[in-house]
Amino acid sequence: MGRIVLDKVVKRFGDVEVIPPLDLTIEEGEFTVFVGPSGCGKSTLLRLIAGLEDVSDGAIQIDGQDATALPPAQRRLAMVFQSYALYPHMSVRKNIAFPLKMAGLPKEEQDRRVAAAAAALNLNDYLDRRPGQLSGGQRQRVAIGRAIVREPSAFLFDEPLSNLDAALRVGMRLEISELHKRLNTTMVYVTHDQVEAMTMADKIVVLHAGVIEQVGSPLELYHEPRNLFVAGFIGSPKMNFMTGTEATSRGAHTIGVRPEHITASFDSGAWKGRVGVSEHLGSDTFLHVLDTGLAESITVRVDGEFSARHGDTVWLTPIEDKIHRFDEKGDRK
Amino acid sequence: MATQHSRSAARFMMAPAVILLLGWMLVPLVMTLYFSFKKYLPLRGGDLGWVGFENYVRFVTSSSFWPSVYTTLIIVGGVLAITICLGIVLALLLDQPMWGQGIVRILVIAPFFVMPTVSALVWKNMFMDPNYGLFAYLWKFFGAEPIQWMSQASIQSIIMIVSWQWLPFATLILLTAIQSLDGEQLEASEMDGASALKRFWYIILPHLARAITVVLLIQTIFLLSIFAEIFVTTGGAFGSKTLSYLIFQRVLESQNIGLGSAGGVYAIILANIVAIFLMRIVGKNLDN
Repeated sequence: MGRIVLDKVVKRFGDVEVIPPLDLTIEEGEFTVFVGPSGCGKSTLLRLIAGLEDVSDGAIQIDGQDATALPPAQRRLAMVFQSYALYPHMSVRKNIAFPLKMAGLPKEEQDRRVAAAAAALNLNDYLDRRPGQLSGGQRQRVAIGRAIVREPSAFLFDEPLSNLDAALRVGMRLEISELHKRLNTTMVYVTHDQVEAMTMADKIVVLHAGVIEQVGSPLELYHEPRNLFVAGFIGSPKMNFMTGTEATSRGAHTIGVRPEHITASFDSGAWKGRVGVSEHLGSDTFLHVLDTGLAESITVRVDGEFSARHGDTVWLTPIEDKIHRFDEKGDRK
Repeated sequence: MATQHSRSAARFMMAPAVILLLGWMLVPLVMTLYFSFKKYLPLRGGDLGWVGFENYVRFVTSSSFWPSVYTTLIIVGGVLAITICLGIVLALLLDQPMWGQGIVRILVIAPFFVMPTVSALVWKNMFMDPNYGLFAYLWKFFGAEPIQWMSQASIQSIIMIVSWQWLPFATLILLTAIQSLDGEQLEASEMDGASALKRFWYIILPHLARAITVVLLIQTIFLLSIFAEIFVTTGGAFGSKTLSYLIFQRVLESQNIGLGSAGGVYAIILANIVAIFLMRIVGKNLDN
């Protein structure tokens, strides 16, 4: 249960085509993440799957059944919204039971499922509170609870963690991953945060202006980005891009090297530069090296012990077999 | 507002407003109380001295007292029911995207700007006149006998006129409340399998509860004292005499200031009873 197939799906708002014909298959039980910069159409795509937006052209199949014209409620999907969209006037218990009540389940069955969801999500102490009395993380859990009681064939998450603070976000990320492992249900997750995408996904779909740039596992995208956009989007800090002689000597129009694939030294190396800002994370330090003549600034990851100060001269050496080569159109060579 | 100094400064600066408002409220109240214990007949001897609670007893034992209280409650209740129900429907409709939305919204508000006297006269003469009113034509068109609105259905007529005036107010407040509803909540309930009717019942209506409370309270305050609509239509005849109209008759038609003042004190008490009653049933919507 939970195989979603998009077949030449198109979405237009008036004359503007936000999603040109797009094909995508989300396999059963897979954790798929749509990632891309804001305005790339990832949320629209999720809403098309949910049925909250009508498809302009093409078809959506869920579990082999054509769902293109089905209303949202009949698609057997559950969605967790960015704002959580909890019903403020209902207690947590009633919020979680709402989809069951709408489905007309008997009261005992409702209570049983709510109790099970509450136990799974650590919500037992809050069942009689209103959403307004809960913290962000607890609200998030209620929203997830409301989704899981329906036992849907797939979960849709629309940037569910963007309203949480950094520490809570890491915790919820783990909880959602854990939930996926336990339920083994298809999950489609939209985010603009590539860290979330990398850590949670079985499969990442990188979107840019409504077009799928690449589909693959997190490591596939990291090791073999198909084009400049994916190379620049996946990985943090960003990959360094260089054009000019360094690129042509390697038979490419543009080359890209990740900060972690460059070594820095005070004595010798391939490229000479001057240290700008250095960001200390403790375990690692990110140096922004200026005046290399290759790019405006090159980011390098060095060991946390590497003591470079602003203005110091450093030598950089890329790891040759980790260099990515791209042609004029930006595609991988 | 933490330090001693800023607190006393704040008190000092608020004093003029508080004193002005207190005076504004207290002077008329004290004068009403003062006259209510006097026999005061301006055209028949003026101030005839203290009479204790005689005015109060006379006012309530008069045969028109209880009918007027009853009429007041019927009119207030009727107008509230109509404006809130229709207001919700209109607000839901106006919230839909449509062509010419701005103009339609202004038109909807328009009746609120018409003076009560004018609107009551327009309704009385243009719509409800049994000979040449629009309703009479409509009734005749279907072969029915035109209704003598002012005499046969006086209270209903007044409720209709006042509802027309207050509907824009209710619609406007409810419309802004509907617009403040988070769209994701509606989408979530749609995904949860709620039909349009259930979405209204479980999501929209609870969201409107607070706005409905505000409409209810504000309208009640104003509707308890409607006067012009009665004065220019029925003149208080045919069972359309409200408490405020009865007070007017006692003071100006009977020229009995003391009796009218006693009625005024009763009106204050009635208004407070209604207000407390309303706050009790709907007040819980205002905290939270």
